[in-house]
Amino acid sequence: MLSGMSITSDASPRQVAPAAPSSGGKVGLRVTRVETLAEGVRGLTLSAADDGRLPDWTPGSHVDLTFDNGLTRQYSLCGDRWDPHTYRVAVLREPAGRGGSAYVHDELAEGDRVELAGPRNNFALAPADHYLFIAGGIGITPLLPMMEQAAMLDIPWTLLYGGRHRASMAFLDQLARWGDRVLVRPQDEYGLLDLSVIGDQPAGTKVYCCGPEPLLDAVRVAAAGLPAGHLRTERFVAGAIPPPVRSTSFEVELARSGVTVTVEPGSSVLDAVAGAGVPILASCRQGICGTCETGVIDGTPDHRDSLLDDEDRRRGDCFYPCVSRAACDLLVLDA
Amino acid sequence: MTLTTAVPTSATDPFGDDVLADPLPFHHELREAGQVVHLERYDVYAMGRYAEVHAALVDWQRFQSGAGVGLSNFRREKPWRPPSLLLETDPPGHDAPRHVLEPILAPRSLRRLRESWQQTADDLVDSLLDRGTIDAVADLAEAYPLRVFPDAVGLGPDGREHLLPYGDHAFNAFGPPNHLVEKGQAGLPEVSGWVGEQCARDRLTPDGFGARIWEAADRGDITHDQAPLIVRSLLTAGVDTTVHALAAVIDGFLSAPDQWELLRRDPGRARVAFDEAIRWASPVQTFFRTATVDVPLGDAVIPAGEKILMFLGSANRDPRRWTDPDRFDLSRDPSGHVGFGMGLHQCVGQHVARLEAECVLRALASRVRAIEPAGESRRHLNNTLRAWASLPVRLVPA
Ligand code: HEM
Repeated sequence: MLSGMSITSDASPRQVAPAAPSSGGKVGLRVTRVETLAEGVRGLTLSAADDGRLPDWTPGSHVDLTFDNGLTRQYSLCGDRWDPHTYRVAVLREPAGRGGSAYVHDELAEGDRVELAGPRNNFALAPADHYLFIAGGIGITPLLPMMEQAAMLDIPWTLLYGGRHRASMAFLDQLARWGDRVLVRPQDEYGLLDLSVIGDQPAGTKVYCCGPEPLLDAVRVAAAGLPAGHLRTERFVAGAIPPPVRSTSFEVELARSGVTVTVEPGSSVLDAVAGAGVPILASCRQGICGTCETGVIDGTPDHRDSLLDDEDRRRGDCFYPCVSRAACDLLVLDA
Repeated sequence: MTLTTAVPTSATDPFGDDVLADPLPFHHELREAGQVVHLERYDVYAMGRYAEVHAALVDWQRFQSGAGVGLSNFRREKPWRPPSLLLETDPPGHDAPRHVLEPILAPRSLRRLRESWQQTADDLVDSLLDRGTIDAVADLAEAYPLRVFPDAVGLGPDGREHLLPYGDHAFNAFGPPNHLVEKGQAGLPEVSGWVGEQCARDRLTPDGFGARIWEAADRGDITHDQAPLIVRSLLTAGVDTTVHALAAVIDGFLSAPDQWELLRRDPGRARVAFDEAIRWASPVQTFFRTATVDVPLGDAVIPAGEKILMFLGSANRDPRRWTDPDRFDLSRDPSGHVGFGMGLHQCVGQHVARLEAECVLRALASRVRAIEPAGESRRHLNNTLRAWASLPVRLVPA
């Protein structure tokens, strides 16, 4: 069902794949480029394994990537959403990390397969008259696309970017084009970030900050006078561990229909359940539209959608069988 | 690289009365002519096949909405009203309004409405059964959404009669300035003025979708200037669409009485039945996009800046995608139809429409043994909507 569309401006016109992935509900990614962005920071460029469009995202979004060694880690997307075929993330090597960053730095290579869940956005860019972006180290990543978009909307902004020392700070070359909007403040040259800038901003400024917890704490104190909703933060979490991802089959029991089916690794819950004669209405098949929302009566879902926030996930009472799976042996559904 | 432009052309007016009354033959022509067709009458392009329509709908980078999703090109012409912050806005402007509206209209937020919406549907169907013969458009398809939806948004009791004419005009206005648009002009200032006033915070009840939109402005997720326009989106897009979709599902059952038996035996199919009706009838027939770059398609090129008319209704009956597409069939899986659109702009109110329909269909399925034609049905013409003016039916009690 390829439409045969291609892009003229491209040297090599590429096909646009149909949006509905047929990969058993999992979007497989391929690492197309690994590069060193700064001391201890690796950049990954990822494409869909079938070269199709990747799920849409907005600045502030993160994805869950599951590597061959079974580890799953969350990374902010820092590329260009006007290119629907690639994602970019930047990964900091963390000496105290629990293996995710070490794996990316030491073992992951171009051509490797990675599994995707999301994207999700807990750090969305809200309208403002002016933005102040504050980045600590690798916390620069979600802010990069925000700056691009603010510029597109002609909204003035300033970036205050701190790090241990210049060589450890990623994207400095890319940021150079913004001139004096960008304040690069490595700690070995300037000391701790001077957060008094927060107080100097014009009214109507929203402050977006991403970095390690101590920076966020300091920013919260410095921004205490801002109106509600004007400070937005995201913690850069080293080695946050989402629930385990199974690579083996699991059972799904449909409480109302009284049917139990086995979901094999290559199949989505949606397809497995339809195969058992209980079709669940769906639409986007990417965990975006919400049409196939199904109640979860028992068991722990492995959420891979773009819809539920952490609070919803903790409640654990519904999931999206087009992409989400089970983190347990048996999932009991209200279907 | 130069590509020769070899686009099939059509002289048909897709907004002519005859095509609006029965678009199926034209859709067939369009699909058979090629991946993309040039419509001479308006100097725009058209897509009628599922694969192309689907691919273009999700490709917001190359097929933008910000120049308007009607015939009028906002790059050159002034829109008749301030553009929608959702439907007629591209990223990045689209992001915040969409991010705010999605959770307000998500299935898990609508759960609190289900019980009372079901009760309203049960009561309505009971009262219709007392009458026996009804007009399924006025008495059911219009009556039900008008009972539940304005309350859910949080509108006051007065002036609700303006909702349908406003939506009807807005959907006509996506087409050319023909007699259907003219018809709406006279009453427009009053209707439009009323709609605008209802979007203000102090007009809205504290518990509805509208109030939640204003709360999002208080949190700073959108601006206070944006809030009334987002409320307006609900009033424009949320009423007529659902009305004509409900009429379509009744028409579906009239066309295939055996499918009514199937729903009666298994009311769990109500959701599938409604989406199958959306596929089969496509109450929203068309929307335009504008090419942001030269887009090659097969042997043709759609030049940057040109408008493309996406025929959702035609895609939803493309035999390349659907088996026996003209059949209204509860046994098929209608998932993936483009009747609610697809991609970034996919209908944010789809779960609201589905919940309304599910309540109505469940109420009917448990009370009505058969739905029979009881007179001449009449089409309502609209430049965008496929609609009925009247569907006289007899409800046979179970
Ligand atoms: C069966 C009934 C309905 C149908 C067939 C329908 C159809 C559609 C379609 C085809 C689109 C996509 C437009 C595009 O891609 O340019 C859309 C968008 C939209 N719909 Fe619906 N709709 C229905 C009900 C509703 C309801 C009940 C609401 C409000 C609660 C609503 C609000 C909207 C809004 C705000 C958008 C714009 C979304 C965006 O651009 O991000 N619709 N609808």
